[in-house]
Amino acid sequence: MWLIRFLDNMLTVALIIVPIAAAVLIMALSRQVAKNIALFATLAELVISLVALYQFNSAMGTQYVFTKSWISSLGIAFSVGMDGISLLLVLLTTVLMPGIILSTFNDNSKPASFYSLMLLMQGALVGVFVAQDGFLFYLFWEIALIPIYFICLNWGGENRGKITLKFFIYTLTGSLLMLVALIFLYSKTPGTHTFALSALYEAGRSLDLPHQTFVFACMFLAFAIKMPVFPLHTWQPDTYTVAPVQGTLLLSAIMLKMGVYGVIRWLIPMVPLAVKEWGMTALILSVIGIIYASCIAIVQKDFKRLIAYSSIAHVGLISAGTLTLTTIGLQGAMIQMISHGVVVFGLFYIVEIVFARTQTREIGRLGGIRNVAPALSTSFFIILLSSVALPFTSGFVGEFLLINSLVQYQLWVGGIAGLTIILGAVYMFRTFQKTMSGETNTLTSQITDLATHEKLVLYPIVLLILLLGVFPKPLLDISATAVNNLLSIYSDLSASVK
Amino acid sequence: MNALYVICGIGIFALLAEIFSLKKWISYVALLGLAAAAALIIADWRSISYYFHGMMYFDRVALAFSGLILVVSFFWYWMSSDFFKGDEHVADKSSLTFFVVAGAIMMVAFNNMAILFLGIEILSISLYVLAGSNKQNLFSTEASFKYFLMGSFATGFLLFGIALVYGATGSFNITVISNNTTPVLSSAAIGTQGIPRFYFIGMLLMMVGLAFKISAVPFHQWAPDVYDGAPTPISSFMLTVVKIAAFSAFIKIFAVCFYRYQPTLQMLEQGLMVLTLVVANVAAVAQTSVKRMLAFSGVSQVGYLLLAFSSDGAKSAGVVFYYLAAYSAATLLAFTVIKIVESATGDSSVDKFRGLFKSNPLVAVAMAIALFSLAGIPPLAGFFGKYLVFTLALSNGFLVLTVLAVITSLVGVYYYFKPLIAMTQGEGKILLVSVSDRYLLLILIAINLLMGIFPDIVRVI
Repeated sequence: MWLIRFLDNMLTVALIIVPIAAAVLIMALSRQVAKNIALFATLAELVISLVALYQFNSAMGTQYVFTKSWISSLGIAFSVGMDGISLLLVLLTTVLMPGIILSTFNDNSKPASFYSLMLLMQGALVGVFVAQDGFLFYLFWEIALIPIYFICLNWGGENRGKITLKFFIYTLTGSLLMLVALIFLYSKTPGTHTFALSALYEAGRSLDLPHQTFVFACMFLAFAIKMPVFPLHTWQPDTYTVAPVQGTLLLSAIMLKMGVYGVIRWLIPMVPLAVKEWGMTALILSVIGIIYASCIAIVQKDFKRLIAYSSIAHVGLISAGTLTLTTIGLQGAMIQMISHGVVVFGLFYIVEIVFARTQTREIGRLGGIRNVAPALSTSFFIILLSSVALPFTSGFVGEFLLINSLVQYQLWVGGIAGLTIILGAVYMFRTFQKTMSGETNTLTSQITDLATHEKLVLYPIVLLILLLGVFPKPLLDISATAVNNLLSIYSDLSASVK
Repeated sequence: MNALYVICGIGIFALLAEIFSLKKWISYVALLGLAAAAALIIADWRSISYYFHGMMYFDRVALAFSGLILVVSFFWYWMSSDFFKGDEHVADKSSLTFFVVAGAIMMVAFNNMAILFLGIEILSISLYVLAGSNKQNLFSTEASFKYFLMGSFATGFLLFGIALVYGATGSFNITVISNNTTPVLSSAAIGTQGIPRFYFIGMLLMMVGLAFKISAVPFHQWAPDVYDGAPTPISSFMLTVVKIAAFSAFIKIFAVCFYRYQPTLQMLEQGLMVLTLVVANVAAVAQTSVKRMLAFSGVSQVGYLLLAFSSDGAKSAGVVFYYLAAYSAATLLAFTVIKIVESATGDSSVDKFRGLFKSNPLVAVAMAIALFSLAGIPPLAGFFGKYLVFTLALSNGFLVLTVLAVITSLVGVYYYFKPLIAMTQGEGKILLVSVSDRYLLLILIAINLLMGIFPDIVRVI
């Protein structure tokens, strides 16, 4: 019995350790073996996370907690645990990772170090989502940056040196300021100072408004760069375009959720006064980003860049919904994060499949793919429907909740944000029309339909999209308690003000 | 103290080795001696005491810094074993190095201005010669000459400062000077009771002299040229061992000796710090030679040390110690790589690093780790150094200065990553890496990682 309890407590740790250990292990192996072990490790990771999901008690707060003092002189502990919010994002990571590894299966140009970096990335991402200690969170946040930087730098496209450096410095700017804010909060904790999450919450809430504003500014900058929120998005289209497809998948499907997660876990409960004061500004920036990115997406000629801009628009909506500080807004953000991760994964992967066959990403040169590759175009169509939030697809539930929360917040804000559905339909359907329908030309006539490993990646995605669209309730249940816990501070706050 | 005897002994042995034709033993004796000296420091850990009638004082801080100097020297000597091979002046170069180390330990453990001055002179004069030891090379000669001229000028300032302080307090002894409680004179009148004005002028002059030694802006003008021109092993020696000694002397003078005036001096130190961070980091961006870039980065790192020191002089010793240890580990690693690249291709411009990731993975990974650590990226040692500095500064309320330091460290990332990007692009030729270098690389990589993941190891010491 104690063994089971012990293993339960170690679940979160295992989620971090397994990929990192595998990453170290495969570094010295040959590429084929490395690939197989990497796939195996990500599948094992998936199983562990499913076990965690199965045993998860959705009525309780943080579970699977593991705490051990690490650098005791500085009050830093290796403290991890999962509540509903963390669990959902961990699941997103573990579900998508096997797909990312699988997407390289006909590609023999990547050495073992590539897979090693991938797995390191997974370990760090999970670490970010489960950290219960401010310092540990920062550490994972930063470590997640290094593998993706090298993945883009080593295997990226043209002009990658400059673009990846811009990406690195951009994100590092944010995270170093976040570090300053975290140290500032740390120095406000009582006694011998600690980085424990609850202590940081206490310290943050007890600050006066100017100091809370400072913390808010530093931390929101870090999260806004990661998401990215307008006007801090300028690194994103370039980086997405230049990165190898696996890098793009990691960045768009999982990594940008770090930013939203940061806002939810480390900003909203930490400095409530400042969030109330400045949330509106941040929310409006997000809404501007939605419209701005959608408009740019409409005129894009490059398939991959188009998806990159559409991603900015969708994340803008998520961030805006989060900042309404309502239950439906946050719940919508949670489910939309999952949905967006799955959808954008599918979209970028389809771009890559088309690119691998035609060597072009220019939308104008494609067309008529539907005639030669029906499975490909059907998958694309379903994923696209979810992207434009059609009912019975996963995108609908999230966007509905998010826009609903925005309308309740301010009618005109909701109205403007709602334009995203119309604009999204414009650019997505046009893209479909130009690439998949129409006459087949000389370039697209040679396209072959999906290969087995591509089906193995795409079909589960399509299935997930439909499944989440029809039965979103289980997902919403997982995060409900955590979201309500989070928001309780605000009801207390407004009660005391009144 | 015993360590100092050992180091001087080896220095003299190396001098005599030429006469008794024991040259081939020098390197073994040297490495053994450095290890033994480091062990003696550990043995002395519990015995804190004064030596030579209070001229020298080995407290925990001094012992820790001496230990650091010896350990770094050990790895440095291992790294630059090529420098001590061949026929030319092997014995001279070795003995001069050991006198530098002896001078460095004196600068760490002095308790008397005379010893400080002696230490600085023993260290500097040996370095003037070593910097010019590549006689065929014009740049080396230039470096030596420049360093000598500027260095002696700075020493003049220092000496003048010491003299003025002596004049005001009547003592060279640090303890006596720091305990001097005579009230400050309200007027410039001399002859009445109290500290005369020239005491403060002396203090300022000493700051100029020592700021030169730690190469803080605006007293850094010599540094890039000297570090760049001197033979690569000597540059790395100056960037690590000499910097440790100079900074610990700086701490002792201004945090122990003049601690009473710390609030006044704080502003000056912060001025130096801001200038150092901004000027050095911006100047490093424009460099195309990796060695010269690291020379500027060496100057910029002083800015972070000054940030820690100016925030809280008394508490900063531990932070500075960790920072210097992390910085030295990363610098040694980077210079080992530079040495390998240089010996194969002739110079260390960024282009020479192209394609290293494909051709020499180990070397490239080593360089990447060194640069990451210098740039302060977790989980490496350099990150914890910066982290501790920022924590100390923030806990003393220096928010704006910390944000400035953060911004300059972002500039740092820009130039540190230039060689890194070069390494991933293009095709490189395969470099010859000797077995000893390979082990050295592995050990230094391990040190950088371990110090980052378990920073308590160093802090417990």
